[in-house]
Amino acid sequence: MPRSTNKGPYVKESLLKKVQRAKRGELSEIKTWSRASMITPEMVGLTIKVHNGKVHVPVYIVENMVGHKLGEFAPTRTFRGHGGMKKKRAPGLT
Amino acid sequence: MARIAGVNLPNDKRVEIGLTYIFGIGRSRAAKILEAAGVSPDVRVRDLTEKEIAALRQEVEKYVVEGDLRRRVYASIQRLKDINAYRGIRHKRRLPVRGQRTRSNARTWKGPRPAKAGKKR
Repeated sequence: MPRSTNKGPYVKESLLKKVQRAKRGELSEIKTWSRASMITPEMVGLTIKVHNGKVHVPVYIVENMVGHKLGEFAPTRTFRGHGGMKKKRAPGLT
Repeated sequence: MARIAGVNLPNDKRVEIGLTYIFGIGRSRAAKILEAAGVSPDVRVRDLTEKEIAALRQEVEKYVVEGDLRRRVYASIQRLKDINAYRGIRHKRRLPVRGQRTRSNARTWKGPRPAKAGKKR
């Protein structure tokens, strides 16, 4: 269920401030932990570093991303694959 | 045989059902279309008059169906992939997109089970 439209999109205030400062050239990079913030049209063209639980992943905002949330672009899981052991053991089995 | 929305030729079923053979039209849309066109849902497709077929065609036109709809669905998925959103990544990897478990099940996307090591004697 999406957020009610009469509330408007959720963007953390501190992030909004940072976006404005970056637009004026006062801030060279934006770091944020606010993965739940919606991407607004003002952010297009900026690179925002979004926390993924470990590091801040740089996300370059393009127009198509407007309306999505920042967290969607900073994956929280890294899949390193299955079956490493099997490959090693398989020749020994036969 | 009625030809509505391009290649779709339903058969000797009731129109109500026949319309659902068009991609993008289900039961509820079929009912709406029939009402708007003033056609009884109970007539068989083969018994439709030319006039009724024309009316249906006109109503179906108002919705995005068949090729256009398929293209639209494909485009929205492509968009998710292009911007590298989480959902796009799930599509790229052919895994469930909507947060379903993948430890077990999810066979629709993952396909048949891979042969398990050590299962054969």
